[in-house]
Amino acid sequence: MSFFRFFRTVHLALKSILLHKLRSGLTMLGIVFGVFSVIAMLAIGEGASEQAQQQVLQLGATNIIVRSVKPPLESSGSNNRVNIYGLLRSDFQLLSENIPTLVNAIPIRESTMEFRNKHHTLNGRLVGCTADYAGVNHLKTRNGRFIDDRDQETMANVCVLGADVADILFPLEQPVGKAVQVNARFYKIIGVSQRRVSTSAIGSALAGQDFNKDIYIPIKTFQVRLGDLIIQRQQGTMTAEKVELNQITLQVGNPDDVMATADVVRETIDRNHKEQKDVDIIVPLELLRQAEQIRQIFNVVLGSIAAISLVVGGIGIMNIMLATVTERTREIGIRRALGARQRDITVQFLTETIVLTGTGGVIGIVMGLTTPYAFDGLQYVVQNFILSGSNATSEVGRIFSDMHPKIAYWSLPLAFGISVGIGIIFGLYPARAAARLDPIEALRHE
Amino acid sequence: MKAAAQLVDLHKHYYLAGGTVRALNGVDITFPEGDFVAIMGSSGSGKSTLLNVLGGLDRPTSGQYILAGQDVSELSDDELSYARNQLIGFVFQSYNLITQYTVLENIEVPLLYRPGAPSISASDRERCLELADLVGLSDRLDHRPFQLSGGQQQRVAVARSLVNNPAILLADEPTGNLDSKTADEIMDLFVRLNGEGRTIIMVTHENDIAAYAHRQIHMKDGVVAGEGVFKG
Repeated sequence: MSFFRFFRTVHLALKSILLHKLRSGLTMLGIVFGVFSVIAMLAIGEGASEQAQQQVLQLGATNIIVRSVKPPLESSGSNNRVNIYGLLRSDFQLLSENIPTLVNAIPIRESTMEFRNKHHTLNGRLVGCTADYAGVNHLKTRNGRFIDDRDQETMANVCVLGADVADILFPLEQPVGKAVQVNARFYKIIGVSQRRVSTSAIGSALAGQDFNKDIYIPIKTFQVRLGDLIIQRQQGTMTAEKVELNQITLQVGNPDDVMATADVVRETIDRNHKEQKDVDIIVPLELLRQAEQIRQIFNVVLGSIAAISLVVGGIGIMNIMLATVTERTREIGIRRALGARQRDITVQFLTETIVLTGTGGVIGIVMGLTTPYAFDGLQYVVQNFILSGSNATSEVGRIFSDMHPKIAYWSLPLAFGISVGIGIIFGLYPARAAARLDPIEALRHE
Repeated sequence: MKAAAQLVDLHKHYYLAGGTVRALNGVDITFPEGDFVAIMGSSGSGKSTLLNVLGGLDRPTSGQYILAGQDVSELSDDELSYARNQLIGFVFQSYNLITQYTVLENIEVPLLYRPGAPSISASDRERCLELADLVGLSDRLDHRPFQLSGGQQQRVAVARSLVNNPAILLADEPTGNLDSKTADEIMDLFVRLNGEGRTIIMVTHENDIAAYAHRQIHMKDGVVAGEGVFKG
């Protein structure tokens, strides 16, 4: 019975709503756009957070990255002098030997070089590292093997190519076993790594890494063959840098220890590098938590903005329902005379409001589902018509084009619930007002 | 004869800023079952107030209103709503149909508000169709009020008033908006219903309409000023 009654009530409500199609449609628009903006806003927030999380997870949630950074120019003196900065091998010693929560500590030395095989050339990163580098960075070999501890001890003259390096320098050959030229020296190729998704930059702290254009060699080999001082000449300028280590990647055994370990690392590094400010410490887990916080702030702020439009929509609904009640005073009187209780009238008008807002909610949800596609279109327009031809906006443009809204599926029932809730909240007063009308007065109403 | 409705020393007073208005000032009327009464009187005589009380839309200040053996003068709003639904059938001067509903749906409206809100069964539907047939509108079931003439609309209202088989049929100037020929048709319908044993209480100020009733009650200054019996 109750189902029949519900169906009947909704059916009658639809009849009354369809009596004024234009008015009902316009009233509904407020809710449609409110719900749409809630879903769209949450989707943008969700997309941003997902992206941030992925970036951070690529770095490894249990890793702590300690990186040399070139200090600002004024503190390094004249341009012509050798620039000495960054992590020292003694720092590595200090960190790797004194922190018990670490399971891995990888010293890394890197430099941009020209790679060559006969007439094929490519500019890439020469990375001196240890055997554990592959595991920590999720590198797998496609052919051959990665550097191992023996290569390290013997300072072997071997290297592993990144996927792009192998494909560009050895387009038709199997590179393993052959030699590749880096600057003036040759290295024997022992392996080729599989293609790996490159990481994107996180703020200014960490540049994005394209693992596919790397060549890996044992760090000791790097040290003895290239040394710490690297001089590069480009278009008449010369830069000389003396760096012992570019990066130390620390891996913590237990995720719960990451934050505490990070504090210890910070303290240790600060002892030697506080003055120069030439070392940066990046804790992906910290970034992950920040990203999570930013997501929550995003959701609250964007959600609130969207909620305002829902409230405005609700007020519109209330306004129309009050007008409807006035307009249908006579009908209310008739129903009361024929035996409708106050409750029946309340239910009738409340149902009408809820059907109105609920329908608006469904339309809004359907519109909201198109957000990712609509956003793609928006990005196209922005990139081609607003950002085109200007290069000053690269950072803004990059952030914008990196945004990929993702529908938060929990927001769909939420949005529907809110639209029904708006119907109840803003429909109750007009419905009660209708029910409280004096039947005699209502019947007399013209 | 058993009384369908009975008014005992009924008072209705309105307390306004300028003083008390005694709209009904001790009315005693008994309506036997099967009665056909016309209540007459000039405006301000209290006949509208009397109709409101009879229709269960208003409560008397004092006195009793016994409808189908039940004192309805002190019922709660919900109970009074049920009394209007179950015991009283209304026919108004301006038909008062619901514009967005069809003829059949309009006849069904009182079924929506029955106590316990049972669903509309097949036998209910059949009864509505019979009533539509009774008032001669079987071929207009899916028409809307604006597609009907005044007389047809009033006949829908009559069918609607009968759907819950009420104890009394209350008609407030049922022919006030109709031309004399259509008015006669409606009155013939009333006479027929009365002939089937229905109790009809009708308010009118037209003598020739009142002449259809068995009995005329004249109201003046909130009391019954006179009563006459016609053959009808």
